[in-house]
Amino acid sequence: MTKLCSLQEAIASLVHDGDCVYAAGFTHLIPFAAGHEIIRQGRKNLTLARATPDLIYDQMVAAGCASKVIYSYMGNPGVGSLRILRAATESGQVQIEEYSHFGMISRLQAGASGIPFIPMNQTAATDLEHANPNYRRVTDPYSGREVIVVPALNPDVAIVHVQRADANGNAHIWGILGEQKEVAFAAKHVILTAEEIVAEDVIRSDPNRTLIPGFIVDAVCQVPYCAHPSYTQGYYDRDNAFYLEWDKISESPEAVKAWLDEWVYGVRDSLEYWQKLGSETHTRLAVKPRYAAPVNYGDY
Amino acid sequence: MNYTASELMTVHAARLLRDGDVVFVGVGLPNLACNLALRTHAPNLLMIYEAGVIGARPARLPLSIGDPTLVSGALAVCSMYDIFTLYLQRGNVDVGFLGGAQIDRFGNINATVIGDYAHPKVRLPGSGGSMEIAGWANRCYIITPHQKRRFPEKVDFRTSAGFLNGRAERQATGVRGGGPQVVVTNLGLMEPDESGELILTALHPGATVEEAQANTGWALKVSPNLRTTEPITEDELIILRSLDPQNIYLKG
Repeated sequence: MTKLCSLQEAIASLVHDGDCVYAAGFTHLIPFAAGHEIIRQGRKNLTLARATPDLIYDQMVAAGCASKVIYSYMGNPGVGSLRILRAATESGQVQIEEYSHFGMISRLQAGASGIPFIPMNQTAATDLEHANPNYRRVTDPYSGREVIVVPALNPDVAIVHVQRADANGNAHIWGILGEQKEVAFAAKHVILTAEEIVAEDVIRSDPNRTLIPGFIVDAVCQVPYCAHPSYTQGYYDRDNAFYLEWDKISESPEAVKAWLDEWVYGVRDSLEYWQKLGSETHTRLAVKPRYAAPVNYGDY
Repeated sequence: MNYTASELMTVHAARLLRDGDVVFVGVGLPNLACNLALRTHAPNLLMIYEAGVIGARPARLPLSIGDPTLVSGALAVCSMYDIFTLYLQRGNVDVGFLGGAQIDRFGNINATVIGDYAHPKVRLPGSGGSMEIAGWANRCYIITPHQKRRFPEKVDFRTSAGFLNGRAERQATGVRGGGPQVVVTNLGLMEPDESGELILTALHPGATVEEAQANTGWALKVSPNLRTTEPITEDELIILRSLDPQNIYLKG
């Protein structure tokens, strides 16, 4: 059965006020178009989880979608600080729950594996452990030494962007893999956005590249350029200039409101957004192909 | 020969790397230091990025930790869980580069808050990968300008561990990594003594002990074997500048 639907339909049916949402992607494949659709649909009181909140959560917090953020690096990657999120956490408008990257993705690994918590070796730095009571210590029953544990994270909804998927949500991903697979298995529901929808044969031609099997996916949306200003490996480059520009925009609440009005509320969907960016930006972000050598699976 | 403080620090960080080292790299100066070392004395350096890239050969300057140029032509790409477990936690990383808003007398680093955690004066980005890198890499290096506010006697928050309150305390935790080995600044090098306290072990040509002490937040001890670092060479500078042609990281 096809799970194909529009991004509007997927967000409307699967993302609810108060949900814990995890929009995946470590720098790569961040589903900005889905974040913008959540803003347009006016969701409130979301718990937004991501290792790096990135601009997507800064924008969602600016639009008033979130009451809590779970994270492990709250910066504008390569630029500096996430001004809106930082101000919202300092004023108490948004609560925080902070981990290291490893603590954060370990929570997803536990959630994806169906276990209640997961052990990690200690790092000798204990201040974050004291600041966040979700970090606990237990005794390793084999050696008698202490290990650090964090609880499973099972978000209500994961949003995962991929290069290509079939209509059932079997998805090929390449490039930086971040926590895509883990969050898809950890979440209760999965919205898959894809640059391209391809025939099942294309997926079956390279099964080792299928990180997410369709049977755990709820909705499949064709959303080209979904990741801008993040990127999709082999499809378009990261818009580093916009990451710098956001640093300036986010200095003033008026500029942020004007930006949201123009680029989120003022456009219908990601295609209109992409067209609005214009040919100069399209050319700047275009990427030359570099193909892998084909592999031979054998005709058995 | 004229050069910036960033160029000076990056060359000296590159010289700390050994051929064959497996290095957990960050963007900015550490990335430049590793690529310089790769092109000079360490052709077999293996660069690992926390985004899950192993053996990166970036063709352009990466502007974020997940830049796509790190992937094209790399040896391998894996998930973040894999990079932190199979590579770092398992003990397969020789060198980690660290930075932070504050570094204290025992090399502990704060990248989390200035002030109290619940009601901070400033909330900083946080650990990212640094808590585990500082704990588990065999050797850690820190590159940072020599300024008093960056080197307090004690950090407000220990995001990542140096030697805690002394080398013995770190050892007692059983953590596998060797801790900070060298802090590279624009004035010279600081290294931990037997107790784990950072002391001044080298000065760059032209820098003075008084300058280093005046810009450190604790009573900075001076090694009895204080040396002067080898001047940076024209070759190093030419290669380094070619890696950052737009002068994004090296201008400061």
